[in-house]
Amino acid sequence: MHSVVCIKQVPDSAQIRVHPVTNTIMRQGVPAIVNPYDLFALEEALRLKDRFGGTVTVVSMGPPMAEAALRKCLSFGADDAILVSDRAFAGSDTLATSYALSATIRKIMDNMPVDLIFTGKQTIDGDTAQVGPGIAKRLDFQLLTYVSKIVDLDRDKREILVERRAEGGVQLLRTSTPCLITMLEGTNEMRFGDLDDLFRAARYDLKVWDRAAAGIDAVEMIGLKGSPTVVSKVFAPKPRSQRAEIVDTQDHDPKNLAATLLAKVFTQHPKLEQEIAKRAS
Amino acid sequence: MSEQAKKPAKKKVELDPRFVNYRHVWVVVESERGEVHTVSWELLGEGRKLADTLGAQLCGVVICGPGERGAGICAEAFQYGADQCYLMQDEVLADYRNEPYTKALTDLVNTYQPEILMLGATTLGRDLAGSVATTLGTGLVADCTELAVDAETRNLAATRPTFGGSLLCTIMTQRHRPQMATVRPRVMSMPDADAARSGEIIPVPFAMDEQTIVTKVLEFIADDSRDKPNLPFADIIVAGGRGLKNPENFQLVHELARVLGAEVGASRPVVQAGWADLERQVGQSGKTVRPKLYIAVGISGAIQHRVGMDGADVIIAINSDPNAPIFDFAHYGIVGNAMTILPALTDAFKSHLAQARKAG
Repeated sequence: MHSVVCIKQVPDSAQIRVHPVTNTIMRQGVPAIVNPYDLFALEEALRLKDRFGGTVTVVSMGPPMAEAALRKCLSFGADDAILVSDRAFAGSDTLATSYALSATIRKIMDNMPVDLIFTGKQTIDGDTAQVGPGIAKRLDFQLLTYVSKIVDLDRDKREILVERRAEGGVQLLRTSTPCLITMLEGTNEMRFGDLDDLFRAARYDLKVWDRAAAGIDAVEMIGLKGSPTVVSKVFAPKPRSQRAEIVDTQDHDPKNLAATLLAKVFTQHPKLEQEIAKRAS
Repeated sequence: MSEQAKKPAKKKVELDPRFVNYRHVWVVVESERGEVHTVSWELLGEGRKLADTLGAQLCGVVICGPGERGAGICAEAFQYGADQCYLMQDEVLADYRNEPYTKALTDLVNTYQPEILMLGATTLGRDLAGSVATTLGTGLVADCTELAVDAETRNLAATRPTFGGSLLCTIMTQRHRPQMATVRPRVMSMPDADAARSGEIIPVPFAMDEQTIVTKVLEFIADDSRDKPNLPFADIIVAGGRGLKNPENFQLVHELARVLGAEVGASRPVVQAGWADLERQVGQSGKTVRPKLYIAVGISGAIQHRVGMDGADVIIAINSDPNAPIFDFAHYGIVGNAMTILPALTDAFKSHLAQARKAG
């Protein structure tokens, strides 16, 4: 049983600030973390390993510093980690990223067949949810997105049964492996790594593959060249022309503040008053 | 300065010859068991504007099973602004599955060549859009909040939040067609249906043998929606954030919501802390809402939250920090301690409603 888990190192977006004057991201001091959605994918792969044995390989495309995220995954119990890192990947959009990652996974498959590929449902920095589907298409794997539960896995028949979150309900799906699963959040809880794994992760001789090592000859498929989408402008959202009307009273008494606010809102929006009265009656 | 002056007058832009045959704006009309997802109508409303700017047609794409009301869905699409609808109905398309739907949409695009293709950023739309874009090798911009086209270059400028919603970026797909975009539910406003509008249905056959499709749908378990919050369609929302300090104080949000018959919303940190369910998260990584009234309590108004709620008609913010970004886009604000102001507001609404009832 061999699972490949694709992860991404992301800035902890809860701590990102935008410079008020230059409108640029202030990255300094923002901690980098494993994309939280990816941990559900990793945990699911580790659970399958607990059940059936085998290997869990984590893969990430990113700058050299992304090594830290892969070591984190090793400390949870992943067996092997590969960082795909090359300046040639800079500027990749989702299409180019899925190309690079699918090439990497093909290379992994040369050494050991892959039964399942896991990804998180999306990242917290890009939020696109497109790289997983892209990898599946490029490898011609069956695609199972938003999986909430792996119900059963029959390794002899190479069949997997999953529950998938759909609009308005849950689909019970059966498909054959190898396939790609994007794991829904909240579906499992990441384990605590044990001390052995922690030590192993720190010392592990992590693989770093450049473009050539990942088996990518077609440079026109990666980086800016391989990206059909081009960012033409980055900007901070416009403030509304008027700031909020701040309601205040001389005594700052909550009661008076609330009454003043209500009177003001209802005078200026009589329809809203009717609406609320109608609902409450 | 002098360099700018030397610049020749703007030349007429020649359309890339590869793109000449790519025409018209398409919206995938998403339906599950005959129920159309309203994001499709929102997209048709937006698509109408783009098509008018381009002088192009607006086309709906309806993919469903043979027993379903395909023609009925097309008729509805016309009322929301579509000029034409491609209708593909087949046994293998009865339930959404990635493989046959990807083939169906890819075939349609390759045959009829739209210049813009839009889908809802739903579980279905995101699954399908990513697969189709990869198969076609074209660009896809996910979760757009604003769309605009240039009538001359016919390029789509798709704006979306980036870096977890801290900034916005505008993305173009100048070198490829079709230009693909997904838009989340409730981001665009719902157009009015015009019962007098009609259009042309173009039935397109689809041939795929069930035997060749690997993934099988064994069962569909419909959600029990009785107790589930439906934030995207709520008229009034009271939402709480980290400024409430602890889960006990978050109950004050529920109390005001009860008085108003409102839904309870929450910011991401509060959901992550477990004070509220994921279903109630408003913002870039949660739900987009468009209520008539949004009351934000103890929410600083980070852009990640703002993109999910600034379509609200009236926004009231309560925050102890007078410099909190929420006051930049709320309509009314009170600077102060939420723990004392919130109960006072609840009482004020309660007595106001009691009076209104007496008067009524």
